[in-house]
Amino acid sequence: MSGDSVAGRLSAPRAGAWARLSPRSRAALARIGWGIASVGMFAGIWELLWAIGVADARLLPPPHIFLGNIPDQARFFNTAQRWQIGVDASAGPSPLGAVGITVAATSMRVFVGLGIAAVLSVTLGVLIRYFTLLEKLTLPTITLLSPVSPIAWLPVAIFMFGIGNAPAIFMVVIALFFHMVLSTISQIDGVNRNLINVARTMGASKRQVYGRVIIPAILPQMLIVLRLNLFASWMVVLIAESTGVGFGLGQVIMLARNTFNPSLVFFTIALIGLLGFLSDLVLRQLQRRLLYWVPEATGVLRGL
Amino acid sequence: MGSDPFLPYSSKDAVVCRGIGKTWAIDTPRAHEALRDVDLDIRPGEFVVLLGPSGCGKSTLLYLIAGLEAQTSGQIWSFHDEVTTPSPDRSLIFQETSLFPWLAVWQNVSFGLSIRGVPLKERRAVARDALSRVGLVEAMDKRPDELSGGMRQRVAVARALAMRPKVLLMDEPFAALDVQTRAKMQDFLLDVWRDSGASVLFVTHSIDEAVALADRVVVFTSRPGRIKTIVPIDLPRPRDPFSPQCEALRRLLTEELRGEVDRAFAEQEALARTG
Repeated sequence: MSGDSVAGRLSAPRAGAWARLSPRSRAALARIGWGIASVGMFAGIWELLWAIGVADARLLPPPHIFLGNIPDQARFFNTAQRWQIGVDASAGPSPLGAVGITVAATSMRVFVGLGIAAVLSVTLGVLIRYFTLLEKLTLPTITLLSPVSPIAWLPVAIFMFGIGNAPAIFMVVIALFFHMVLSTISQIDGVNRNLINVARTMGASKRQVYGRVIIPAILPQMLIVLRLNLFASWMVVLIAESTGVGFGLGQVIMLARNTFNPSLVFFTIALIGLLGFLSDLVLRQLQRRLLYWVPEATGVLRGL
Repeated sequence: MGSDPFLPYSSKDAVVCRGIGKTWAIDTPRAHEALRDVDLDIRPGEFVVLLGPSGCGKSTLLYLIAGLEAQTSGQIWSFHDEVTTPSPDRSLIFQETSLFPWLAVWQNVSFGLSIRGVPLKERRAVARDALSRVGLVEAMDKRPDELSGGMRQRVAVARALAMRPKVLLMDEPFAALDVQTRAKMQDFLLDVWRDSGASVLFVTHSIDEAVALADRVVVFTSRPGRIKTIVPIDLPRPRDPFSPQCEALRRLLTEELRGEVDRAFAEQEALARTG
């Protein structure tokens, strides 16, 4: 594999140590190496454009500027409710602590929203296939609502939940819910008929067919759908947070926009990218643990 | 229709089909007749092979007997009971792998018992027994994707046997296997069949397979599927495929089938032209 050879060349001086690694950790190291190479290439191009004067540092500050002074950037993440009368501008946790709180708050909204959306939509999807009446009553509405942009739900979120965590979580849920229901239904329709027929000939009731065959059979695809929707929820949560949730990465982006601070915009983007990548990693591990029967090599989206 | 409502009830036959017809997607423009007026009796412990060109409705008949689909006309009985729903007495084995990939081999084999709520210890014992009959005890705790195609089909047979079925319905179970594995699996199936005492209804489009296995070969016409002729084979097993008797049988069955295959082919071409 080309990944191995490049990584092998990179660690040429310690070839002995490289050879002693297990194939699995060698593959992992190669993957990390490629990740660094990929990000490094884009950062390098950006720095080059800055060096030759194409990228204006005031509009498109290159990485060494927006990552150069993290404590300075972190000042803007103040989680104290500064707009409230009588709160001092310097109140609140330390700048880095504030970054941590902001990141944790946004991640919490993403994962809670994703969790609620997954449970609700898979449950409803299964029930829709189980009860024909429910399908007839709900499926047209769900299909009708699924193409509606999450942004259109933003006023609804504020009408219903005001400000705070609830509207942000609602936004994540509503953005994923409808098409995860549709995707659950299409997964159920795609279950191998033979598996269902085998269970039926062995005397399985409808409930047993669903519980013991259909649900385990759709799990692998559903987890992939969940992983893909993870990125969508990272996108939606920023929109929700930009409308005054108090604090969160979306709020920092809005602050950066309003104060014309491109450095802060790119710092936050870098942070979001890193978070998205890490949370995908977590889901991928979860997938490997939970779906022990799915051979790794067949995961077409494995390297995603 | 040749249905006599009184006769089948007194019958002790494993499967009795009277006047079976099946039209798929009936009342729609895409309706097509798969089976017409099929009468067939299968005795307990008998090995019957259904032979016909692909798409002739022989698999459909299997699904009807399994109770997975409802016939459009006629009636099916199995040991006095009319077939209306699937039953563990009639196990179905498919061409493709139908093992549950998330369950270990032994859990697959005892799936039917777990549905009935049989305790784990007993399930494992039954699974061990069934797997020993197919020579796969050592693979008990493996997962299906760790097994070869032939082994997976043996597990599928073990799973069917674990239900102690009276009728084994097999839908081209060895069609996806290579020739050598296939020959071995046929010998293996004959052993299992003799041990279990169950009737076997075996669908294939392979004349060789029919001659190697059957007590009776039921030859089907192409669409709609009807019984063209029934050829009894009264030869001891294991049969030498190169013996003159087997040669003669193959020639006879080839002759019977040739017209049907030609007709099916022409029909499919016509269908493709009209769209």
